[in-house]
Amino acid sequence: MVMTTLDLDETNLDTTSPPRRAAKLRSRPIGDRAFDLSIGACAVVPPVLILLFVIVLAYGAWPAIAEFRWHFLVSAAWEPNPDKEEYGALPFILGTLISSILALALAAPIGISVASFISEVVPPSLRGLLRFVIEILATIPSVVYGLWGVFVLAPWVMNHLAPVLSKSLGFLPFFSEPFDPRNMLCAILILTIMVLPMIVSVSLDAMRSVPISYREAALGLGATRWEMIRLAVWPSARSGFIGGCILALGRALGETMAVTMVIGNEHRISQSLFAASDTVASTIANQFAEAPSDLFTASLIELALLLFLITLGVNLIARLIVRRVAIGGAD
Amino acid sequence: MRALSTNLAAGDVAFGAGISVASLRAGFGEHTVLKDLRVKIQSKALTAIMGPSGCGKSTFIRCINRLHEETPGAWVRGSIELDGEGVYDTTVDPVELRRRVGMVFQRPNPFPNFSIYANVAAGLRLNGMRKRRMLDERVERSLRRAALWDEVKDRLEKPGSSLSGGQQQRLCIARALAVEPEVLLLDEPCSALDPLATERIEELLLHLKREYTLVMVTHNIQQAARVADETMFLLLGELVEQGPTSQLFTNPRDPRTESFISGRFG
Ligand SMILES: Nc1ncnc2c1ncn2[C@@H]1O[C@H](COP(=O)(O)OP(=O)(O)O)[C@@H](O)[C@H]1O
Ligand SMILES: [Mg+2]
Repeated sequence: MVMTTLDLDETNLDTTSPPRRAAKLRSRPIGDRAFDLSIGACAVVPPVLILLFVIVLAYGAWPAIAEFRWHFLVSAAWEPNPDKEEYGALPFILGTLISSILALALAAPIGISVASFISEVVPPSLRGLLRFVIEILATIPSVVYGLWGVFVLAPWVMNHLAPVLSKSLGFLPFFSEPFDPRNMLCAILILTIMVLPMIVSVSLDAMRSVPISYREAALGLGATRWEMIRLAVWPSARSGFIGGCILALGRALGETMAVTMVIGNEHRISQSLFAASDTVASTIANQFAEAPSDLFTASLIELALLLFLITLGVNLIARLIVRRVAIGGAD
Repeated sequence: MRALSTNLAAGDVAFGAGISVASLRAGFGEHTVLKDLRVKIQSKALTAIMGPSGCGKSTFIRCINRLHEETPGAWVRGSIELDGEGVYDTTVDPVELRRRVGMVFQRPNPFPNFSIYANVAAGLRLNGMRKRRMLDERVERSLRRAALWDEVKDRLEKPGSSLSGGQQQRLCIARALAVEPEVLLLDEPCSALDPLATERIEELLLHLKREYTLVMVTHNIQQAARVADETMFLLLGELVEQGPTSQLFTNPRDPRTESFISGRFG
C-alpha cells in the first residue's frame, strides 16, 4: 500500500518536470525532492507496521479481551477446563519483567566492567581477538544456550548455588526453599549470560570511539588509569552503555527458547527465585500447539499483544532516559 | 619522590622549576624521533619550541610529563631533570609527576558532559579535595588566572563545550593551573584558534610566565617573537640552536635556523 503511494508521487513529480531555468535558484533539483519524498514515505512505514501489528493481534485476541477485560492483567488463573474456563496473564507478566530486569541488573555492571577492561587495559593486539570472540558468543543460537542451561547450569544452581544462597540469604523471601530443579534463578542466569556479549560489544564500541584527546586530558592532569576511565571515558561513552542495555533488555524480554528450557514452566506467582515459574514468551511457545478452545487461543494471542506492548513500553521509557542523560550531563 | 608530590593544602602560588635534558632519545617502535637531545629550560620563563611539522616537538614535550610513554609502542632513553630530580628515575610515579607538570593540548579538550566548574575542579577532586568551599575558591582563582572568570562566572554550571574555542582553551589552561603545577607544557595552544582568541592567550601567557615555567610548541614565528624569552629550534629530532628569542631571530648562528625563520621550511 505504501509502495503505491510512493509510485504515484513519483509519477506526479515526473509530470511537473522539466524544471524551468529561471526557477532553478529557488526550486531544488528534482532528484532532491524525490529523495525527500521517498525518505518521508520510508519514515512512515515503521509506525504503520506497528499499528497494523497491534490491530491484527487485538483482533485475534478479541474474544479474550471481551471476556476477561482488565482481569486478564491481574488474574493468576490459567484454567482450560471447559466448565470454568478462565485465563489471566499476571504470573507470566511478572515472570517476564522479573527475569529480564534482574538479568539486566546483573549483566550491565559485569558487561561494562568487561568492556572497560578490554578497552582500556588489554593491549591493542589482543583486543581484536577478544572482540571477535565476543561477537561469536553473541551469535550462538539460543537453543544451544538452553541445552547448556538444562544440563550444566540448572544442576549447578540446584546443587551448589541455591544451597549457598539459601543458607546465607535464606531469611529473604526471594531465597526461600523449596528448590525446584528448574526455576526463575536459572532463567535469570541464562538470560544474563545471553545478553552479556551484546552489552560488552556495544559498550566496547562506545568506549573505543572516545577520542584519545579526552584520555590525554585526564592523564595530563595526573589521573591514574582507573581515574582516567571514570573521568574521561565513561561519561563520554554513557549513551552507548545505555543503548547496549536497551538492546539487551529487549532481547531478554522476548527471549523464548532458552528460558522455556530452564524456567520450569509453572504458572504461579512465587516470591522465591528458586521456584519454577514462567514468562509470557515461554508460555506462548509452549502452549500454542494445544488449543482446547477458541478462548484459549485468543488468550494466547492476547499474551502476544501484551509482550509486544511491554517491549514497546520498555523501549520508549529507556529512550526517554537516554535523552534525559544526554541532555543532563555529569556534575 | 616525596619532594615531587604537590602539597595542595598550601594555597600559595607554586614555584616554577627549571628543566634540564640530557642525551634524550625517544621514538615509536623502530622509528627514532628524538636523537640525542640536550637542552636546558629556564625556570619562570617562556621557552618556545619551533621546527617544521614532524620534527618531534610534540614528542619532546610529551616526554617531559611522561605522557609519551602512554602511546603503545613508544619508548624513551636518556634523562630529564626537573629541579635536579630525574623524571625517569624508577622512584618517580608518572601520575604524581603530571600533577607537577601540567599540559595544554593543540585542540581544546574540556571533558565532555562536564560543566565549566567541574572541568576546573576535576584535577582537584583527583587530589582528594572534597570541601565545596575550598573547591569554589580554587576554581575561581584558577579561572581568574586563566583570564576567563569574568566571562563565565554567571554560568559555571553550563557545559564546558558550550564555550567558544578560545574560551575552551583558556578553560583547559585553568583546569591545568588548578592543581598548581610548576611547569605548564603547551602544545601549539593557539593553532586551532582565531587571531583574537590567540591574542588573549598570548596576553595570558605573558602573565603566567612570571609564576610558572612555560614550555610552548608553536608553529608561528611571530608568536614566539612576541611571547618567548628563549627559543629552541628543532630539526629532524635534533636541536639546531637554542638561545634568547631576540638573538635567535635577529642573529641566528646556524644557517638552517635562518632559513626556517625566513620561511624556507614548512
Ligand atoms: N602515535 C604515533 N605512532 C607512531 N609515530 C608517531 C606517533 N605520533 C607521532 N609519530 C611520528 O613521530 C614524528 C614526530 O611527531 P611529533 O612529535 O608529533 O612532531 P611535531 O609535533 O613536531 O609535528 C613524526 O614523524 C610522526 O609521524
Ligand atoms: Mg605536534
